[in-house]
Amino acid sequence: MSDNKENTPMVNTGEYFTSGNLAVAEGSLAAGCKFFGGYPITPSSEVAEHMSIKLPQIKGHFVQFEDEIASIASILGASWGGWKSMTATSGPGYSLMLENIGLGIMTETPCVIVNVQRGGPSTGLPTLVGQQDIQQARWGSHGDYEIIALSPNSVQECFDLAIAAFNLAEEYRVPVTILMDETIGHMSEKLVIPDKEEIEIVNRKKPTDEAKDHLPYKADEDLIPPMAVAGEGYNVITTGLTHDERGYPVLDADTQKVLITRLLDKIRKNKDKIIKLEEYMLDDAEFVIISFGISSRAAKGAVNLARKKGLKAGYLRLITIWPFPDEKIAQLSEKVKAIFITEINSGQVTREVQRAVEGKSKVHGLFKLGGAIHTPTEIVEEIERRIK
Amino acid sequence: MSDRIEIRFAGFGGQGIALMGRLVGEVISLHEKGKHSVMTQSYGPESRGGASSCDVVIDTQIIDYPKATEFDYFVVMSEEAYHKYIPRLKEGGIIFVEENLVTLDDQSKKASKIYKIPATEIAETLGSRLYANIAMLGFVCANTDLFSDEDFITVMKAKVRARFIEKNLVAFEKGKNHK
Repeated sequence: MSDNKENTPMVNTGEYFTSGNLAVAEGSLAAGCKFFGGYPITPSSEVAEHMSIKLPQIKGHFVQFEDEIASIASILGASWGGWKSMTATSGPGYSLMLENIGLGIMTETPCVIVNVQRGGPSTGLPTLVGQQDIQQARWGSHGDYEIIALSPNSVQECFDLAIAAFNLAEEYRVPVTILMDETIGHMSEKLVIPDKEEIEIVNRKKPTDEAKDHLPYKADEDLIPPMAVAGEGYNVITTGLTHDERGYPVLDADTQKVLITRLLDKIRKNKDKIIKLEEYMLDDAEFVIISFGISSRAAKGAVNLARKKGLKAGYLRLITIWPFPDEKIAQLSEKVKAIFITEINSGQVTREVQRAVEGKSKVHGLFKLGGAIHTPTEIVEEIERRIK
Repeated sequence: MSDRIEIRFAGFGGQGIALMGRLVGEVISLHEKGKHSVMTQSYGPESRGGASSCDVVIDTQIIDYPKATEFDYFVVMSEEAYHKYIPRLKEGGIIFVEENLVTLDDQSKKASKIYKIPATEIAETLGSRLYANIAMLGFVCANTDLFSDEDFITVMKAKVRARFIEKNLVAFEKGKNHK
């Protein structure tokens, strides 16, 4: 939708004391989201509730579907209709969405999926915290692909990363997942919403060629094809099958190689631009805690506590979880004695760190299995025990 | 240095425990200069009864760990919640207790100060025990330096449903004046 009047972000500029779930919804609106298709599920329901109140006020659309399969399908369709679109769910719903997230990857459809994680597997712990969908976000759909996933650790960052998620989805034409968790979703903190002029918005590239010559999957040099919207005069064609630049199914190894290589490379070659990290006290650190989401709040507390005890601890937070910051972690591993990972699962990020480190430093996972978050004290005690 | 203060509010579902935390958190976060606050709550089917609790953490620095671990203040409105959480009161911490709903035992002796109020009884004189949480907050406001009454009233007026504001204001005053 090129008419900017319709896309004008609705921003409630000012200071609020509010929850992560409301902040991610407000951030999505500020990013220009005009369509929410979803099936409410604890602990994400407040996102849907807030969008159901706000979207009709700005001529946007909120649809509650019969399930998560329909919900994710609807946001892909809405995106091809020109609306920035999103859904919000939790583990069980995310599982149902995975097939169509693959369709979104193959059809290069910008959209945002919020997953407020709870303890799993299955229905697990509906009302309690988890961080167990990290690998699912990376590999859950079948086939070979690259994906973008972000993980906020504060109410403010839920707002900020919602905008970042829409911008990344539009820029790279890929579904972007925001991996929140129950504690971040329900926690209240100060949220500052800046003036809309201060918010940077990225919109998908539009084709500029003649409609009759247009090849919908012919990428520019940046490996990303401009995206026409249905109704603008260009041919719009989408298929989950392997396709050529025309968007026609061509089912052979050569076409597959060209297409999949480009889908992988458009993310891989831009890793440095996509990946965002927070570093704290790393300069002289002998021990590093790597963390993300709510676990990182305990990890940072643990670093402060460890420093008081004379332990040279530092901290690296993954704001972007996928793509994974292999190079940064490899560099760290060469100068520190040990790396610790705090996460509320049995080692999903630890596995990635081990891969990146290639045995160059010791790697210890400090795990909770869902339902509770680490405390800084228990992290420090565990570090002391393991470095003895 | 950190000036971290941890408050645990606890009672049973339906008493408006989470609202207490949200109000206090907002007053401090948006109205008390130079202070940050985070509110976290136990989340589950508590509005149908059972134990309910929430934490407000206050600091002059950005708050890393958002939950209370050793409470500086323990605001308790049910017996069950008292027994569940009293072990985590800091040595020398302060207790605010709904005196008709909680029987204190020896564990409360580590508190440096115990403030008692019949918050539910006060609320009932206003027609509903629903106002007990606000009466308790008036009592907390009067006996601590945590937040000012004016700021609290500003926030409460904006957050509480219009038809409940007037009675809540009276409940807050009564709590504040309780000796």
